[in-house]
Amino acid sequence: MHPIGRETRIVEAESLAAGYGQRAVWRDGFFSFGRGEFVAVIGPNGAGKTTLFRMLLGLQRPFAGSLSVLGDEPRRGNPRIGYVPQRHLIDSDTNIECLELVRLGLSGKRWGFNPFSTRDREDALAALDAVSARELAHRPLGALSGGELQRIFLAEALVSNPDLLLLDEPLSNLDIRRETDLLHLVNDVVRSRGVTALLIAHNINPLLPHLDKVMYIANGKIATGKPNEVLTSESLTALYGVQVEVLRDPHGNVAIIGVEEHHGDVL
Amino acid sequence: MSVCPIQGFSLNVVSDLQNMWCFEFMQHAAEAGTITAIIAGITGYFVVLRRSAFTAHAFSEIGFAGAAGAVVLGVAPLAGLLAGSILGGISIAILGRRVSNRDTQVGIVLAFSLGLGLLFINLYRGGYATATYSILFGEIIGVSSWEVTLTEVAGICVVAAMAVLYRPLLFASLDEDVAEAKGMPMLFLGTAFMLVVAVSVSFAVQVTGVLLIFSLMVTPAAAAQYLSKRPSHVIAFSVALALLATWVGLFVSFYTNYPVSFFITGLAFGAYIVVRLARWASKQGALSARSSSEQRQGA
Ligand SMILES: Nc1ncnc2c1ncn2[C@@H]1O[C@H](COP(=O)(O)OP(=O)(O)OP(=O)(O)O)[C@@H](O)[C@H]1O
Ligand SMILES: [Mg+2]
Repeated sequence: MHPIGRETRIVEAESLAAGYGQRAVWRDGFFSFGRGEFVAVIGPNGAGKTTLFRMLLGLQRPFAGSLSVLGDEPRRGNPRIGYVPQRHLIDSDTNIECLELVRLGLSGKRWGFNPFSTRDREDALAALDAVSARELAHRPLGALSGGELQRIFLAEALVSNPDLLLLDEPLSNLDIRRETDLLHLVNDVVRSRGVTALLIAHNINPLLPHLDKVMYIANGKIATGKPNEVLTSESLTALYGVQVEVLRDPHGNVAIIGVEEHHGDVL
Repeated sequence: MSVCPIQGFSLNVVSDLQNMWCFEFMQHAAEAGTITAIIAGITGYFVVLRRSAFTAHAFSEIGFAGAAGAVVLGVAPLAGLLAGSILGGISIAILGRRVSNRDTQVGIVLAFSLGLGLLFINLYRGGYATATYSILFGEIIGVSSWEVTLTEVAGICVVAAMAVLYRPLLFASLDEDVAEAKGMPMLFLGTAFMLVVAVSVSFAVQVTGVLLIFSLMVTPAAAAQYLSKRPSHVIAFSVALALLATWVGLFVSFYTNYPVSFFITGLAFGAYIVVRLARWASKQGALSARSSSEQRQGA
């Protein structure tokens, strides 16, 4: 499906550290993600999850170590990355139709007044189809529910056909049902388009059925790998040097206890 | 050169318009007013979208200091107005990069410039009251032909700039973080937009004055927002409303001798109220239609 010669390592980091000014937020990040992998990034507030995204997007330089994105140094404006940020400016009186925002994801970079070509329009509608939100195309952004908005943002990120998708807490504010729906959507996109997706979340459990890898960031350290390898008492205890418990219930749900706070549902 | 007949308002609107058009000062006023309404309608859309109404108002007040300074120096007030608001535009764009923290800095600059304007006006001895009055409340009837020419040049520049900036600015205004990640030059966009607003405000001040600047820069765009969900259409409506307010305002003022700025402000406000009421009514209609159909289904 993908042009030959395209790199298979989408993200690659060696002894990567993140930080601001003189202060490191986390260190010793060794990880690499291949094409079409679905990765969850979890960890407590302020652990440095968004900071990781900012480095991948080229908005911030690595504090130390090396990072390559799509075979290159991270650079701002890389068209092969789709991004859904943690916060948005859209409020209830934004009376602009959804289609317009999705189109901007494609043509917002272009200068000059062109009330959007029909090509743009078709691509935008296709992106809305991909997230099953065609019927929202002409609804005003301000009138959407949280779950509907997240689908629009996802369409905006997908419309330029990215190879890497960065989703910063798309599940916050969603009820369990919309959470499951959105995760299925992301999973479908990852599988059908071979996109690599990194998704920041606070609860790992709804993600577990879909994930290839998990990245756990807490207390200045990072653990990355397959969920059942990383999320074990032994591996996290070894990493943090304090006793960490990973509890599992019969349904496979996990709860991590001992590093700051637990992540996942309390059993 | 023929002498214009002094004629009162008649019910024949065509002859009324002909009579009004006979006066050169009314031609100038109509030309300057038309161009100003167009640029204010366009930039006003982004002012409302970016929630920069307070900033736009501040420009007019910084411009007030500039205009008052120009009067003291014996220079055309318009020159001072432009210089003041452009300077203000650049400094505000550089000081407050993020939308959220701009208000305080804008307020600080605004207060200082009003004070400065007051000082300049006190320094100026001749025609103290008239100069102040026309800057604060507009003086479209008095614009000279070179001011009309300048307005035309500015109008072309503003429209051209907005045409070029349109999509990136819309993107940056709607989804700042994504636009930044996509590599849009945010500081450049913000500064360029502030400059366009500063220029638009300076010319709008000619028409409505410093204090009534909102009636052209904000009210038409705010009303237009309710008329369409597509930005390009909203801009068209915004321009149309600004033009309507300006033209009707000039006409009515010519025949009643009350200030143009009042009528423009009043008409823009009236349009806003009508649009809001119409929208409210249509919502109520939709609600009652839905509830009655639900009742029917329930029955
Ligand atoms: N611009 C900045 N300058 C200095 N420090 C910052 C900056 N942005 C974030 N930080 C700090 O870096 C740390 C990591 O922040 P980050 O936003 O990456 O956390 P996060 O894991 O995304 O948290 P959350 O779950 O709350 O979104 C925090 O301690 C935060 O205070
Ligand atoms: Mg975050």
